[in-house]
Amino acid sequence: MKHTVSILVENKPGVLTRVSSLFSRRGFNIHSLAVGTTESPGVSRMTVVVDLPDKPLEHVTKQLHKLINVLKVIELEPGSSVVRELMLIKVHAESATRGQVFELAEVFRANIVDVTSDSVTAEILGPPDKLAAFEDLVRPFGIIELVKTGRIALGRGTRGISDRQLRAAV
Amino acid sequence: MTGAQALMRALEAVGTTTIFGIPGGTILPAYDPLLDSPIRHILCRHEQGAAHAADGYAQASGRVGVCMATSGPGVTNLVTGLASAYMDSVPVVAVSGQVTRAAIGGDAFQECDATGITLPVTKHNWLVMDPGEIAQTIAEAFHVASTGRPGPVLVDIPKDVLQARFPYAEAGPVNLPGYQPKVKPNLRQIKEAAKLILASERPVIYAGGGIIKAGAAEDLRRLAELAGIHVVTTLMARGAIPDAHPLCLGMPGMHGNYTAVSALQRSDLLIALGPRFDDRVTGKLAAFAPVAKVIHADIDPAEISKNRHADVPIVGDAKLVIQELIAVLEAELATRPMPDYSAWTGQLTDWRTQFPYRYHQPEGGLIKPQYVIERLGQITDGNAIYASGVGQHQMWGSQFINFRRPRTWINSGGLGAMGFGVPAAMGAKVAMPGDEVWCIDGDGCFQMTCQELATMAYEKIPVKIAIVNNGYLGMVRQWQELFYAERYSEVKFGWDIPDYVRLAEAYGCVGLRAESVDDVDAVIEKARGIDDRPVVIDFRCDPFENCYPMVAAGASNDDIIMGPEFERDHERVHEPQGDMLYDPEPPEEDA
Ligand SMILES: Cc1ncc(C[n+]2csc(CCOP(=O)(O)OP(=O)(O)O)c2C)c(N)n1
Repeated sequence: MKHTVSILVENKPGVLTRVSSLFSRRGFNIHSLAVGTTESPGVSRMTVVVDLPDKPLEHVTKQLHKLINVLKVIELEPGSSVVRELMLIKVHAESATRGQVFELAEVFRANIVDVTSDSVTAEILGPPDKLAAFEDLVRPFGIIELVKTGRIALGRGTRGISDRQLRAAV
Repeated sequence: MTGAQALMRALEAVGTTTIFGIPGGTILPAYDPLLDSPIRHILCRHEQGAAHAADGYAQASGRVGVCMATSGPGVTNLVTGLASAYMDSVPVVAVSGQVTRAAIGGDAFQECDATGITLPVTKHNWLVMDPGEIAQTIAEAFHVASTGRPGPVLVDIPKDVLQARFPYAEAGPVNLPGYQPKVKPNLRQIKEAAKLILASERPVIYAGGGIIKAGAAEDLRRLAELAGIHVVTTLMARGAIPDAHPLCLGMPGMHGNYTAVSALQRSDLLIALGPRFDDRVTGKLAAFAPVAKVIHADIDPAEISKNRHADVPIVGDAKLVIQELIAVLEAELATRPMPDYSAWTGQLTDWRTQFPYRYHQPEGGLIKPQYVIERLGQITDGNAIYASGVGQHQMWGSQFINFRRPRTWINSGGLGAMGFGVPAAMGAKVAMPGDEVWCIDGDGCFQMTCQELATMAYEKIPVKIAIVNNGYLGMVRQWQELFYAERYSEVKFGWDIPDYVRLAEAYGCVGLRAESVDDVDAVIEKARGIDDRPVVIDFRCDPFENCYPMVAAGASNDDIIMGPEFERDHERVHEPQGDMLYDPEPPEEDA
């Protein structure tokens, strides 16, 4: 089962390595990992999607808590969080089919960011299932390449990762 | 002052009295102010020795062990020692030199990514890029190593940071927001635990290394006596309750005794205090203690329910956990009696009399390794500190010595690193100079780190080393015998190469040898009388003796193999005969 885990870490050298190597060392499979700074100086936030077929998520969160540079760990449940990914996708599109790609892009509110005589590159932002649906629909045209940012997520509502109630969920 | 002077001052400030190490280019600046420091540096012959010595020092004393090495090969040689300390939760601080800041990342001479290479085997590590951070980092390093679940850490310092001049400031208070070990247990869980104990019929205390680390041995004994519950002590917890105590069942696990293994297996309540449900103890996990409820107390929340679900999880320091549990139980016992465990106790007593550890020492035959270890334990009366290598001799050591005190059985339990014994014994003796220190070693293990004999002879560290010389990588030979149809592939060393007596003497130690049963007591006594240098005893033992009982790797604890002494009622299965007899002759010269 896939879980989205949000990790607040001290912004220090090597922290990304510590976190990612902990995952691989313990046999936890990382599906995606996105890192960036936060509203607090010196603190970064990692959003990790981890695949755990036969272990409870607690095994991961407890191990993460043991890292000295890790400040907080929470799971973001799909129902109560906002989840986004950004995808750039380049598809074959000659003059005959370009219009169809444009139409699909419009329906999905994707932006066309590059066009050549035989290709179109679109950027699309949204929850992972939206990106997957778009990808499926343009596949028949021929996907040349695509890239995703990895998932980022925030809990819904006013509460933040540092709030007690949210922490108690882990 | 210089960064190097700051390093020494910071080490002194946190109470360092001894460092095990070897100098080299990048750590060289740190060796200079050492001359003006009260810290004793012990110049080892191999960095692995330095790391294991720091480990032995810490296990024997409970204080932080410190080792130091140069960059590149110095650090890579530390890795095994750090990994061993990591698996056994031993507080060790390693300080390493690094190439200059400008050279980092350029594949400079003797550069290696020390923090990267030790990442999986340390609790935390630091690369100090500013001399002003040395003192604070050392303070943090000692704090992290010794608190919560203890463990090794590494502080890597570039050479130019050690050389830089800067105004020194003492370390401030340690403030690590992401590191807040929880030591005080939750009272509600303690009450839950007491409830389970009072409702149980066949409880067993499963004591692990955490008891010794927490200094909770005395509390453990009080709890056991208050509740009348028997205690098994894992390899890392031997001595946590004296073996002579009527409630002590000894070691469970792969080579544990029948009673300890079966007590866990049949119990209806495991009171797990500081163990980690290692597979060497549980055997096949799915078949481990199938009907038991589990109370699991550990300072590390990640250990709880990692391998076996805990019905009552308790996060906290073992000493506090036990003290609170005693308080709650005592309050309960004011209103009601302890449950009647007599049927269970009777069962345990029956097993104990029926299935003790057994071996047979034939008269005039080759020396049995168990005999050597049993005599050593008896002659020293369980009053020494015993460090061990890894293999059959280690298991026999745990089986046949009657431990009296915690911190007297020093092992590489989790990593199982051959070569641990000699340097760990050295570290233990340095930490506890008033104690008699023995290393019980295998001939294979001994050869991995025996160069530390030179260190000990030179530094006058009078450790006694008992080599249980069976001429084989015995534990591996045993597996080949049992699981590979006696096809002995690459496990024979022979008794004679090296000549351990002459090797000991070459290193400035006393070398002794026992070739028959009659020699055993005499050489042990003789070694005990020598206190001005190390002593090495070559006990030439039966190469084909196996370690029993045994639960095969991955098998259920229910399938414990008792061994030939039980199966054939004292008839020997492996009485060496004819061609099977191990050949004690040295190989032909000049083939
Ligand atoms: C560094 C290392 N290499 C290999 C092993 C695998 N191993 C475990 S026990 C053993 C044999 C040990 O032989 P010896 O020291 O002679 O002790 P004995 O079992 O004969 O008592 C080996 C090779 C190990 N534990 N550590």
